[in-house]
Amino acid sequence: MSQPEILNQAFELGYTYTRSTGPVVGRFLTGLKNRKLVGIKASDGRVIVPPMEYDPDTAEELSEFVDVGEQGEIVTFAWVKEPREAHPMNEPFAWAMIKLDGADVPMIHCVAAKSEGHVTSGARVRAVWADETIGFMTDIRCFELV
Amino acid sequence: MSEEEQEMITKVEAPVYLKYNFTAGSAPTRFLAQIKNGVLAGQRCPKCLAVYIPTRGSCGRCGVPTVEEVELSDKATVQSFTIVSIPIPNNPIEPPFIIANVVPDGANVSFIHLMSECVNEDVHIGQRVQAVWKPEDEWGYSMDNIRYFKPLDEPDVPIELIGKLTVTGEEG
Repeated sequence: MSQPEILNQAFELGYTYTRSTGPVVGRFLTGLKNRKLVGIKASDGRVIVPPMEYDPDTAEELSEFVDVGEQGEIVTFAWVKEPREAHPMNEPFAWAMIKLDGADVPMIHCVAAKSEGHVTSGARVRAVWADETIGFMTDIRCFELV
Repeated sequence: MSEEEQEMITKVEAPVYLKYNFTAGSAPTRFLAQIKNGVLAGQRCPKCLAVYIPTRGSCGRCGVPTVEEVELSDKATVQSFTIVSIPIPNNPIEPPFIIANVVPDGANVSFIHLMSECVNEDVHIGQRVQAVWKPEDEWGYSMDNIRYFKPLDEPDVPIELIGKLTVTGEEG
């Protein structure tokens, strides 16, 4: 019995979810649409960005929104040498924990930089907004070094 | 309500796409190569003699490889069925339609396919059916070479004999 050719076929399985944001994340995304960053004040006074719905310590419902800056400071980062299809950038970039001005907790986003050597902990960065904002995380295209 | 509240974001599109490249193993490749020739090919277990289709290359009961290829009939018996009344997204077939598990003559297991050219309310377990094939020049490596199964004017198969007929449709 001769072995026939190897059969290959590409196929895609898609789950087209639409997710409800809830009022807190919805407020954050609405802020992005208006090119503003908003956090929330936790019971211990920390400002958390993106805002959380419940307090991380007491589990109480949170509601005190606080505007934060579109600039901040890199706390830690990881350089991506070879971006993959799902990544937000085609060129090498950094995933970074960014503490925005007025926030007490860093937020993850991507940082555009010429090379790994340009990115350091403590470097100042600024949000680069998308041409068209729709109320989604990608409304911030990336952060750039200041 | 302020202008800002009116345009409050309440939902986000969050699709997940899983991109696969499916490679058929040796047994499914044999099966697909044969269906391209218009042949339903099963494989027989060397131990319990059960004939499987589509073939997986092993017997689930005995845990041994199946090698012997067996050509099956395109006549089959309805083992179970369901009338689909609700449209399925992206499915071009308009309900109501029938999905049936059919056991081809010579096999001991069923596979799933469509039924048509039938009165939906008259479809029943044990009903005899036959494959309606696409034109030969449209055959590919696909179960879609069979458009659907249609009823045959033959006596019903008693439930205890479903999945036990020989390739010529006789009691095994």
